[in-house]
Amino acid sequence: MSRGSGSGARGPGAGGRGPQSGISQARSIPAFKSLTAGPGPLTPIFLLLATVLLPVLVTAQVPARSVDEQVVMEIAAQLRCVVCQNLSVADSPSETANQMRAIIRERLATGETPEQVKAYFVEKYGEWILLAPPRRGFNLLVWTLPFVGLFAGLVFLFFVARRWSRGTKTASEPVDREALERVRRELTELEP
Amino acid sequence: MFSEIETPHPEPRTPDPGPRTWWRWAIPFAVVPVLVLLAYGFSTDPRAIPSPLIGKPAPLFKLQSFDGNQISLAELRGKVVVLNFWASWCYPACYEEAPVLEGGWREYERRGAIVLGVDIQDTQEAALKFINRFTLTFPNAPDPTGKVSVEYGVYGVPETFFIDRRGMIRKKHVGAVTEPVFREWVEKLLKEDA
Repeated sequence: MSRGSGSGARGPGAGGRGPQSGISQARSIPAFKSLTAGPGPLTPIFLLLATVLLPVLVTAQVPARSVDEQVVMEIAAQLRCVVCQNLSVADSPSETANQMRAIIRERLATGETPEQVKAYFVEKYGEWILLAPPRRGFNLLVWTLPFVGLFAGLVFLFFVARRWSRGTKTASEPVDREALERVRRELTELEP
Repeated sequence: MFSEIETPHPEPRTPDPGPRTWWRWAIPFAVVPVLVLLAYGFSTDPRAIPSPLIGKPAPLFKLQSFDGNQISLAELRGKVVVLNFWASWCYPACYEEAPVLEGGWREYERRGAIVLGVDIQDTQEAALKFINRFTLTFPNAPDPTGKVSVEYGVYGVPETFFIDRRGMIRKKHVGAVTEPVFREWVEKLLKEDA
């Protein structure tokens, strides 16, 4: 999004932005005035200082570090795309994810470690931002419960299977021929 | 008659009652923790994500407003700031709250409360159309790099932060701001000392 140059932006309708540009000027708002940087007598000096000092400061604070794009993607893959449903920042094509990747890249370029970059996002969003919950506290349930469930299921299956095999054994036990014959005989006797 | 029939079984047919009673209790008891977990899961709103920023200093930022002015949060220290993240495509929530924010700004501005709008993931054209539609007069600025939204842990629009006079984030409201919420928090924070 490009904006009009600083000098022309204060005039009404500057940059052809229509009626909106004049709105905040139309009302005299004391509070708002304090946060707007109007061109004062010090502005040229400040601008000069800024143009001279800014590149120096930037190069001094941010050593030119080449950022490994793979590291960016590795971090992005662990972060939740905040505007998506169950997508990582690495997988999402959304503009937000794109901006988050840019932030990761930028922070790595200033010399932060991948852990520090992740910690930054956690600080802002909470652990929710991490796709894999950290293995501690209540989260441990998520990590252990599937295995506990699997184990319990196996134990259950073992007992059930044992009972089944026992049951079939009793069922296949040979019936006493003599007794069977007697049941048949008595049943026929019962018939009218 | 039938009582005469005797099948010569060496063992009694009913198995040992010990394990059977054990199972009878174990299965319902195994269901209890699962139910507790489900109850916990379903009673929490997956969309209500607690912000870790409450009670922390509001991250400072500088943005250029749509009308070309510089907005700097640092310069607003001593005032109550209602920081609203919105987008023109955020319908209907952002459309519902826009009149509330504008009304709040007009009413409370004299008393030392500032409403700031940050437009995220938007085009300038659509954003200006939105501003005109609601004749918004409080300062609004786009966040072209998304950095301010990430600084505030914004995951959707609209989200509104109430910042006290000392520059602390005191409340995060997700979804359209209603007049009672606006009033409650602005009044409360205005009463506090800087």
